[in-house]
Amino acid sequence: MTTAAVETRPGPMYWAIADCWTMVRRGLLYYVRQPSTIAWQLGFPIVSVLLFVYVFGSAMDIGGGDYKDFAIPGMFAMTMAFGFMNTAWMIAIDKEKGVTDRFRSMPMAPSAVVSGRGVSDVLSAGIDLLVLAAIALVVGWRSDGSVVATVSAFVLLLWLRFSLIWIGVYLGLLVPNQEAAGNLFAIAFPFGMISSVFTPPSLMPDWLGAIAMWNPVSSTANAVRELFGNPLPTGDSWIEQNALLMSVVWPIIITAIFLPLAVRKYQRLSK
Amino acid sequence: MNSTDLAVLADGLEKRYGEKRALAGFDLAVPYGTVYGLLGPNGAGKTTAVRIFSTLIRPNGGRAMVGGFDVVDQPLNVRRSIGLTGQYAAVDEILTGRQNLEMFGRLFHLGTKRAKARAGELFEQFDLVEAADKGVKEYSGGMRRRLDLAASMILAPRVLFLDEPTSGLDPRGRNEVWNAVRDLVAQGTTVLLTTQYLDEADRLADRIAVIDHGRTIADDTPAVLKSTVGGDRIEVICRETADIPAAVKVVARVCEGEPETDDADRRVSALVTDRVAALTEVTRGLQDEGIEVEDIGLSRPTLDDVFLRLTGHRTEDDIDAQKETVA
Repeated sequence: MTTAAVETRPGPMYWAIADCWTMVRRGLLYYVRQPSTIAWQLGFPIVSVLLFVYVFGSAMDIGGGDYKDFAIPGMFAMTMAFGFMNTAWMIAIDKEKGVTDRFRSMPMAPSAVVSGRGVSDVLSAGIDLLVLAAIALVVGWRSDGSVVATVSAFVLLLWLRFSLIWIGVYLGLLVPNQEAAGNLFAIAFPFGMISSVFTPPSLMPDWLGAIAMWNPVSSTANAVRELFGNPLPTGDSWIEQNALLMSVVWPIIITAIFLPLAVRKYQRLSK
Repeated sequence: MNSTDLAVLADGLEKRYGEKRALAGFDLAVPYGTVYGLLGPNGAGKTTAVRIFSTLIRPNGGRAMVGGFDVVDQPLNVRRSIGLTGQYAAVDEILTGRQNLEMFGRLFHLGTKRAKARAGELFEQFDLVEAADKGVKEYSGGMRRRLDLAASMILAPRVLFLDEPTSGLDPRGRNEVWNAVRDLVAQGTTVLLTTQYLDEADRLADRIAVIDHGRTIADDTPAVLKSTVGGDRIEVICRETADIPAAVKVVARVCEGEPETDDADRRVSALVTDRVAALTEVTRGLQDEGIEVEDIGLSRPTLDDVFLRLTGHRTEDDIDAQKETVA
């Protein structure tokens, strides 16, 4: 047996990044080992696109513009919103199977467990968006915005997904097991749907419309519609008039609340 | 003994969860080169102790040193000196065995090249060469635990913690894991093993600490511990109550001390030293005397016997098991 000496020369910052990258590689290997992962993540959005474009599309009147061009950016935002479930699910599995404890008993950078999950989830979300955008192009969706505006729209979508990592980590550590993590769909569903994703909030009953308007998913959906130059039937409420601003601000607020909660929850594992 | 000669030291260790004291002044001293068994029922504090030693949780009081480092003040040094295999095979099920070991190798900061080389060595050592590139999902329970052990041995740590390494495994898987552990011990790894099974501690450990309610209540070699509960017993169940005195005479020829009798069960039982000789002798003797028996057999002391003797109470598990039998 060779005695495996430990390399200690590079500093902690080096290892924080190197270990994070090792964890990201792990996440990416899942796509190779289990290509169906992507089908699971995109099944619902893809079915929704086809359903809303071809089945309900003709009956939908949002008051100006093609429904398909309204619904597809919404679908992008909804996919990002549902993403926190993937994070929570992976965190809960690692916790339940003892993998998290193995990492914690190793001389690796402690931050890499969470940072690796985060980077790998944002990359996954990027892959999801590429696949969804390709399908959208096939069914006839187009961005009329400039290249810069179009790229900015995708960055905003990933910005929302980034902030939801912390909710995912927090909930993944909160639930007792994998099964309970699966039940988080009960939260994800209204979070994604009671928004401007499928219908303008102005067409909903007042109280529900108010909730939908202030849903961060709506701000991101409306902001990317604006950037893509897709139809955007909004009311004159402040929140709807400032979608672009709020699509930047909401994720900051979410991160400010849930990043410390997630870190605290992670540290409490050693209680 | 100087504390620097000890692989693991616990000195008055305390751990509370709300009102419950998981560890209540727990003491332990494990010298290098030994295999130490930590024996106790569920909830006795075994896992809590191992989790403190492996820096996963912090104690509320007392002191714990592993490999000469304080677990609270020098966790990184402790982590470089230990391997941990918990109650579940803590490996990534979606990845292959090789992807797992290479990932853990990189996280142990071996660098990609050495992580690959080390993984190759470990597959040889743990007899997983053929399974190396298969998904862990396809592994048997025993193979998963061996992969888990291999992951714990990447840095060839001086101290290895095994928390119920064979729980949930079939006999074949247990044997696979036991053999792997014996190989590690032969190479000089110090092992602290928790188990609920006396026979597991008996097979692997040089010394056993019995733990109950978060405290060490006995600490000795397996032979001495077993002798405290009296070793093996022979039991004869007679068909007729009238035959009991004759059976007692036969049993008395081979046993130590006086045989015990139970008229209601028509049972005669006694302590023996040489199991097989005693069984042969008693069977022949009973035949010669023409005593009809319903059953004859040997029983080994169980963890519960150790517990009953040491604590005066049965293990919680056993009470539950009895309830189930009654129901």
